[in-house]
Amino acid sequence: MVNLNIDFAGVKFKNPIITASGTFGFGREYSAYYDLSQLGGICVKGLTLNPRLGNKPPRIAETAMGMLNSVGLQNPGVKGFIRDELSFLRQYKTVVIANISGNTVDEYAQMAQMLSDAGVDMLEVNVSCPNVKAGGMQFGTSQEGVASVTQAVKASSNIPVMVKLSPNVTDIAQMAKAAEESGADAVSLINTLLAMRIDTATRRPMLYNNVGGLSGPAIFPVAVRMVWQVAQVVKIPILGMGGVMTGDHAVEMMLAGASLVGVGTACFDNPYAPIDVIKGIEEYMVKNEVHAASELIGKVILN
Amino acid sequence: MPDKYICEVVYNEQLADDVHSIKIVNKELTSQARPGQFIHIKCGNERLLRRPISISSITGAAMDVVFEVKGEGTLWLSKCEVGSPVDIIGPLGNGFTIPDGNLIVVGGGIGVPPLLFAAEAAKGVVTAILGFRNKDRVILIDAFEKECSSVHITTDDGSLGAHGAVTVPLTKLLDDNPHSAVIACGPQAMLKAVAKLCIAKDVSCQVSLEEKMGCGVGACLVCVCETSVMGTPDMSRVCVEGPVFEATDIAWGEQ
Ligand SMILES: Cc1cc2nc3c(=O)[nH]c(=O)nc-3n(C[C@H](O)[C@H](O)[C@H](O)COP(=O)(O)OP(=O)(O)OC[C@H]3O[C@@H](n4cnc5c(N)ncnc54)[C@H](O)[C@@H]3O)c2cc1C
Ligand SMILES: Cc1cc2nc3c(=O)[nH]c(=O)nc-3n(C[C@H](O)[C@H](O)[C@H](O)COP(=O)(O)O)c2cc1C
Ligand code: FES
Repeated sequence: MVNLNIDFAGVKFKNPIITASGTFGFGREYSAYYDLSQLGGICVKGLTLNPRLGNKPPRIAETAMGMLNSVGLQNPGVKGFIRDELSFLRQYKTVVIANISGNTVDEYAQMAQMLSDAGVDMLEVNVSCPNVKAGGMQFGTSQEGVASVTQAVKASSNIPVMVKLSPNVTDIAQMAKAAEESGADAVSLINTLLAMRIDTATRRPMLYNNVGGLSGPAIFPVAVRMVWQVAQVVKIPILGMGGVMTGDHAVEMMLAGASLVGVGTACFDNPYAPIDVIKGIEEYMVKNEVHAASELIGKVILN
Repeated sequence: MPDKYICEVVYNEQLADDVHSIKIVNKELTSQARPGQFIHIKCGNERLLRRPISISSITGAAMDVVFEVKGEGTLWLSKCEVGSPVDIIGPLGNGFTIPDGNLIVVGGGIGVPPLLFAAEAAKGVVTAILGFRNKDRVILIDAFEKECSSVHITTDDGSLGAHGAVTVPLTKLLDDNPHSAVIACGPQAMLKAVAKLCIAKDVSCQVSLEEKMGCGVGACLVCVCETSVMGTPDMSRVCVEGPVFEATDIAWGEQ
């Protein structure tokens, strides 16, 4: 028997696999396919203080081994989540992570307090959503922005705080450091890469929002590189994601320095992707005589 | 429960230029399927996203889907050989509510196929109004004639049936028979015209919409359409709250 347990910022995960925010709703849909208690954790759809309807469609465009989305944080608001969704998720023996986006630092703080009081296990602070004008990325692209949001969220919650970093920066390691220095318990990366596709027949962008966030296998090598770079400069643990489709991809993320691995877009191809990735990690471990998954973290052998 | 099924292709026929019908077999999948639902098909390993295609007909454990080749995904599907496996998630979506009384099904182009399953399931008198670009694009007429008491064909160029839009015969049918219910599937402009007509005549009308999809199961929120229920604007998921909507719930003005 291999040991898949991961201790991450003081929270115990039964395995390293988390569903990535925005790709798994609030878990209800995929609960019809398998027991969500098999997952290491569930990161819910990005929440905002007030409900949001999001952007107009089309919100998705396909590209080679990837996709662009411009959902724009459609969600029922923090109160709606706590009222209608949290108790459903709580039936399962899995870690529940709430993903939050604010228009202002104060909104982040308010949401953090409400969710911490409501009993979620962990916060993922999204400072990297490319699809909304305010909120998201404006905070995530400067060290000061990352620091101010991280400090505010830490001060108003008493659960572990993870900061989700944007890949749309020159030096992601600097952003990770700013989060760590401001008290973050962990970082997660990467969010989607800002991208664009144009329909040559109509000469119009394929997304109503013109631009959107690229995810899926196309971004995997970028994500691995960024996880590795961040792992070189921070001591806090990393949740790595971006294009993970298989157990082998997850192992690769862990070797680069991730303690946990997010599975997102892969679910659209295969609803069972997170479960299959867990099995794939186990198979790798058995084959390579790795007894504990934690032994893989950061164990890349550099040339 | 909808699930991921590996199905076998047992038949693949070209119905018209670029329009194919494939028959797949999987008892678990077909036994749950209702008219108006769709399946989410993995079209080869080269593409990340699945393609949503409506169910056109069910006979025992066999299911027909009829589709037009639009791009690489549907091209792949059109080349599926008999005996080969296809990976399908389904059945998905809400489906039509089949009325007890008289039903008029209104289809345009590649929106016609799912109406066949609706006609098969209907208990009352079914009338079909099927619109196509021209006579070469006409599909499934024999099948509709078997299921419907009458079939009206229109073409944009008048090369077969009546010349012009489906709303012309629809207006007449509704004038003669105001208690029918309408279900419609086809291009957005046709749906809008049919919906406006039915709303004006206070006739119950369901429309089946299309939107680009990710997950197909309700988790990613990319497939929304603008709806307005009792005056409250919302973004509804075509894959779960749809693809079939009451015409009165769609925010037509915005589209
Ligand atoms: C609920 C539903 C039922 C449908 N039923 C049928 C049917 O019975 N027969 C049929 O011929 N077509 C149907 N369609 C449309 C069909 O899904 C598209 O024609 C198909 O996805 C095109 O894929 P492609 O790779 O050939 O084209 P591409 O243009 O290369 O596709 C690129 C991307 O856009 C998406 N896309 C392109 N056009 C559409 C569209 N109209 N609707 C949704 N996604 C689209 C594709 O899925 C893919 O992700 C249905 C769509 C929906 C939403
Ligand atoms: C449709 C969609 C919606 C997303 N919504 C959110 C969100 O609300 N909050 C967030 O932090 N990240 C969101 N993301 C980003 C993912 O959580 C993840 O960081 C990214 O997609 C890379 O992982 P993947 O390639 O495995 O999907 C979304 C991604 C997709 C595809
Ligand atoms: S396609 Fe994901 S919610 Fe409809």
